[in-house]
Amino acid sequence: MSAASPRFGRRAANAAFLGFCWAATAIALMALVAILWSLVKQGVGGLNLKVFTMSTPAPDSEGGLLNAILGSLMMCVLAMTGAGVVGALAGTWLSEYAKDSRYGKVVRFVNDVLLSAPSILVGLFVYEIMVAPMKGFSGYAGALALALLAVPVIVRTTEDVLRLQPVALREASIALGAPVWRTTLAVIWKSARGGMITGALLAFARISGETAPLLFTALNNQFLNLNLAHPTANLPVVIFNFALSAQDNWRRLAWVGAMLIALAVLAVTIIARLSTREPQRS
Amino acid sequence: MTVQTLEVPDTKILTLPPEDVILQVRNLDFYYGAKQALFSVTAGFKRKAVTALIGPSGCGKSTLLRTLNRMYSLYPGQRAEGQVLLEGEDVLARSVDLAALRARVGMVFQKPTPFPMSIFENVAYGVRLYERLSKADMAQRVEESLRRAALWEEVKDKLKDSGLGLSGGQQQRLCVARAIAVRPEVLLLDEPASALDPISTARLEETISELKADYTVIIVTHNMSQAARLSDHTGFMYLGHMVEFGETDQVFTSPATTRARDYITGRFG
Repeated sequence: MSAASPRFGRRAANAAFLGFCWAATAIALMALVAILWSLVKQGVGGLNLKVFTMSTPAPDSEGGLLNAILGSLMMCVLAMTGAGVVGALAGTWLSEYAKDSRYGKVVRFVNDVLLSAPSILVGLFVYEIMVAPMKGFSGYAGALALALLAVPVIVRTTEDVLRLQPVALREASIALGAPVWRTTLAVIWKSARGGMITGALLAFARISGETAPLLFTALNNQFLNLNLAHPTANLPVVIFNFALSAQDNWRRLAWVGAMLIALAVLAVTIIARLSTREPQRS
Repeated sequence: MTVQTLEVPDTKILTLPPEDVILQVRNLDFYYGAKQALFSVTAGFKRKAVTALIGPSGCGKSTLLRTLNRMYSLYPGQRAEGQVLLEGEDVLARSVDLAALRARVGMVFQKPTPFPMSIFENVAYGVRLYERLSKADMAQRVEESLRRAALWEEVKDKLKDSGLGLSGGQQQRLCVARAIAVRPEVLLLDEPASALDPISTARLEETISELKADYTVIIVTHNMSQAARLSDHTGFMYLGHMVEFGETDQVFTSPATTRARDYITGRFG
């Protein structure tokens, strides 16, 4: 009896802890599933070819999201290109060169502050430095605001994942006589590729739904516009405007737009995962 | 500091004829920041022979090895004082071209470190740093290196596969192939078998004894029988000092110093 009771206690503790873990996971997943479910339920109904062929409609007329989809796509691609280059290089500098130097620490701290800066502030900042002096909202300003939000995410994840690479791997390349820059590009980046891409995806996921910074920069455009020097339509702002409207077709399009963003993030994530799969041990 | 000099009473260092020595270490001190790790180490490494460095953990074996190819230069705060002469040239000089030095003094680490690329590219990586070979010449060089590392037969049909897919023992032989592909004069092995199973270890040892026909091999090992089996010369280090350096047979059968005798007979360490 005396031997059985502590064992029972241990089992009960284990079961209780496991139960909490299960419950927490279930709660987190339930929220996710509920969001996705309502998106699909409300979005699928409005999905048709016109969504991709027509621009946002006037009240009580037919239309689609073509201008917003293209605008979002152009701004996101432009922002991610810029932010990807700057973020990856800055993260590499922090991890491989600055390390624990004083300057490195300051840059890391500032980056962390930027990481948690409210996105509306970034929008206002770009409004002040770009929109106001140039006297006009533009897609370029929108892309800049999005890039400013993406850079700190990419810097942070790049640095973290590069630091995880074993010292021995660096030394092995250095021991062959390779310079540090070559070691970093040919060995360390390659080894950390999966993690770096995941970081970029996180940044993409974050900016693809950002609305506040675009309100002050790209604004919106009722018409199809491929010139980023002009105000440019984009999915988040269209969703924001349409979702609050009294127009049934506008609200339907808002749901479709929201679903499209979610699906785009999902698709990009899956493609990236598949293309960066690590080889398995034979 | 006085304690340490007291604990190491006598030393016996074999002096080889200068023409036999490819790498001469003289009065080498090494510092990790303020902490001194090597104390006036002297040793001569014989050309085309295997020299083993033995001693308890933390005695400075790996530190000595990392001085020979200036690996420590990667880390500010680490510094060496004294003389390390490779064929008479001072390795520690500020003006030394580190890439050229590391092409002459290759290194294989404790844990296998295959690069995340194909088996072929792993071997070609170092060669590409120094030489521009035609496709055929490169293929030739890769095959030759893999053969010398006794890996060719196992990988010849999957040279395009990732080096990460090999077993631990194969990975380590891949690292040996990668190091010798550059055609170094000296090969430094830092406990190359410590992460391997007995069969892989045996294969790696075979490879090492074949390598000494063309290379000078310096191997750090914790495995005493491995040192006895493989090496021509053995250096026993303790607390940052080179206590005894001599013919392997002599060091293992009739060590001249008390410290070496105690360590080899298993009285401490």
